[in-house]
Amino acid sequence: MRATLAWSSLRRHPVRTALAMLGVAVSAAMLLDMVMLSSGMQVSFRALLTRQGFEVRLTPKGTLPFDTEARIARAASAESVLLAMPAVQAVSPVLGTTLHVVGDDGSAAAVFTLGIRPAIQGDYELLRGLDADAADRMVVNATFLARTGVAVGDTIVVAAGYDAQLRSWTARRRVLVSGEGRFHYLATGQAAAALPLSTVQFMVADAGTAPSDEVSLLMVKTQPGVDAEALRAGIERELPRVTAIATADAVKSVEQRLSYFRQLALILGTVSLAIGFLLVSTLMTVSVQERVGEMAVMRALGVSRPHIAQQVMLEGLVLSVVGAVGGLGLGLVTATYLNNILRAFPGLPAAIDFFVFEPRAAYQSLGMLVVTAVLAGAFPAWRAGSLPIATTLRSEAVS
Amino acid sequence: MTVSHATGGGVPLLRTENLAREYALAGAPVRAVRGVSLTIEQGEYAAIVGPSGCGKSSLLNLLGAIDRPTSGTVLLRGRDVSHMRDREATEFRLRHIGFVFQRFYLMPMLTALENVELPMAEAGAAKRARRARARELLSYVGLEARGGHRPAQLSGGEQQRVAIARALANEPALLLADEPTGELDARTGRDVIALFDQLNRDGVTIVVVTHDEVLARAARRVVHMVDGVIVSDERNGPGDVGGPPRTTISPALVDAASPFRRTPG
Ligand SMILES: Nc1ncnc2c1ncn2[C@@H]1O[C@H](COP(=O)(O)OP(=O)(O)OP(=O)(O)O)[C@@H](O)[C@H]1O
Ligand SMILES: [Mg+2]
Repeated sequence: MRATLAWSSLRRHPVRTALAMLGVAVSAAMLLDMVMLSSGMQVSFRALLTRQGFEVRLTPKGTLPFDTEARIARAASAESVLLAMPAVQAVSPVLGTTLHVVGDDGSAAAVFTLGIRPAIQGDYELLRGLDADAADRMVVNATFLARTGVAVGDTIVVAAGYDAQLRSWTARRRVLVSGEGRFHYLATGQAAAALPLSTVQFMVADAGTAPSDEVSLLMVKTQPGVDAEALRAGIERELPRVTAIATADAVKSVEQRLSYFRQLALILGTVSLAIGFLLVSTLMTVSVQERVGEMAVMRALGVSRPHIAQQVMLEGLVLSVVGAVGGLGLGLVTATYLNNILRAFPGLPAAIDFFVFEPRAAYQSLGMLVVTAVLAGAFPAWRAGSLPIATTLRSEAVS
Repeated sequence: MTVSHATGGGVPLLRTENLAREYALAGAPVRAVRGVSLTIEQGEYAAIVGPSGCGKSSLLNLLGAIDRPTSGTVLLRGRDVSHMRDREATEFRLRHIGFVFQRFYLMPMLTALENVELPMAEAGAAKRARRARARELLSYVGLEARGGHRPAQLSGGEQQRVAIARALANEPALLLADEPTGELDARTGRDVIALFDQLNRDGVTIVVVTHDEVLARAARRVVHMVDGVIVSDERNGPGDVGGPPRTTISPALVDAASPFRRTPG
């Protein structure tokens, strides 16, 4: 009967009820988006950094990966030092540089190129075609294809240097665009390519005579069960000329740098909870106010205070549950939309998402909204339960 | 069908002792009820009359335990209802008192049947049982065909009859009515008066506050109030007051006796 009464009183003002539910849905959507935003970048950064299971990254002393043009010299010897360590399972060297795609008419388009070892690389994922596992095979991204008009299967000329006096491209090489890939660490809007490490090392060497022995980054995969932090310290001891960064630390520092995002999301999330609270409490207050007569009558007939209060709380609960479920859908739609806008932000790795849906966090936050909304009904419910019966009936009859 | 679970016993059904109610208002407090001692026996039908503002409603509220006296007591079957805690008083009203108001006060979103079921649901009756009893009660008040209708679809007189059926839901020992014909025209008012008469003959003890002379004449006893005190207390000719109260009646008898019995349609 309480449910019948609660439901019937919601049905009594269908438009008002619908608007309130919509209001709760909007605040639930906002809350959900803020929860998704507060952890989204962290979650996707962590996923990105831990993606291929490289637990330690080595960069030239005092730099971050691809932070500067600096490179690790004598890479081969560094690599053999690493491979000699029992905790190390594999090493993936990466050399980054800018190459130029030279057209027949002498025009050129810059492309950020990674020299990698295809068998052990964590920079891209091959989408179609063949991997860069022969000296003159190049994997490129969609932006590259769109910008240059080149198709997979075409042979093109790339150059590593430019002679300003002769006005001509140097260190040229003919390569086959063998496949298309998605590059995790590079922005979607950036033209990118991958070639075998030795090819790139050869091209960037002076005058292209002998290959250079430099890399930008060494990524280290550890044996299972190894303490990455201990390995990191061990590497810095053995190779004082590099900075070793444990992925866990990198994740932590990213999290620190993103903490203001978290705070923003926390504040806005709290605001949306407060809005939900105020919305439900306003509505329930108004709704109780206009029914004091009925409630006094029910009390006179012998309906108990707790039952009157429960009926009011139940109304708040229905409003907030329906609102929260609606808000879940609305929140996901707006998050997807906002995510697409924010991902177009220049310079961000393509794999980074701002809004990540984590079911647990999402359901927790919606649960919190429902609890908040039910609490919002508590005061009006208490008021409804504690009306003075005779006086209320009298003032209702007089009015 | 039982309309009232009146049980006999040595004590009067209702007795007030030196009952007073003051409303503390800024300026001068209003002394609405000033030392009322009144006894209502099982099976009585009493009307409380008097000029507007003389404290009739205030007294009725005290009798029905929806308000507390400033001093004095209300004893229902020897139990002091005036100093009960809210929870107890609520339970007491639910089980022993039926209220009928001038403005009917049905729940607008519930059907007539659901309105009658409401106190039974509160008392914990099973769905099927309360539905069945609500049907019987509606049929008792002559509205068996209107069970599915909302208050807005009923006339004033019909609404008041539904309200009376609702008041009878838990077989109260005492039916209290404050101006039950106050919002009705003379003809529908007469229907309600006839229904009260029938109820009293079926054993329900009734106390009604009214300005309606026809209603007051129909009661077996008339209590006059002026200025918060009882100034006269008269019997209205021969009634069945004092005779053994009829506590149960068979549905067949109700059907035969009810002036509201109508063939459907
Ligand atoms: N809740 C209240 N607060 C203050 N004064 C009240 C309250 N209820 C009643 N009164 C006052 O008490 C007096 C008696 O009121 P009451 O309603 O009992 O009279 P009544 O006999 O029922 O009148 P009527 O016939 O007009 O209904 C009046 O002066 C009224 O103004
Ligand atoms: Mg009155």
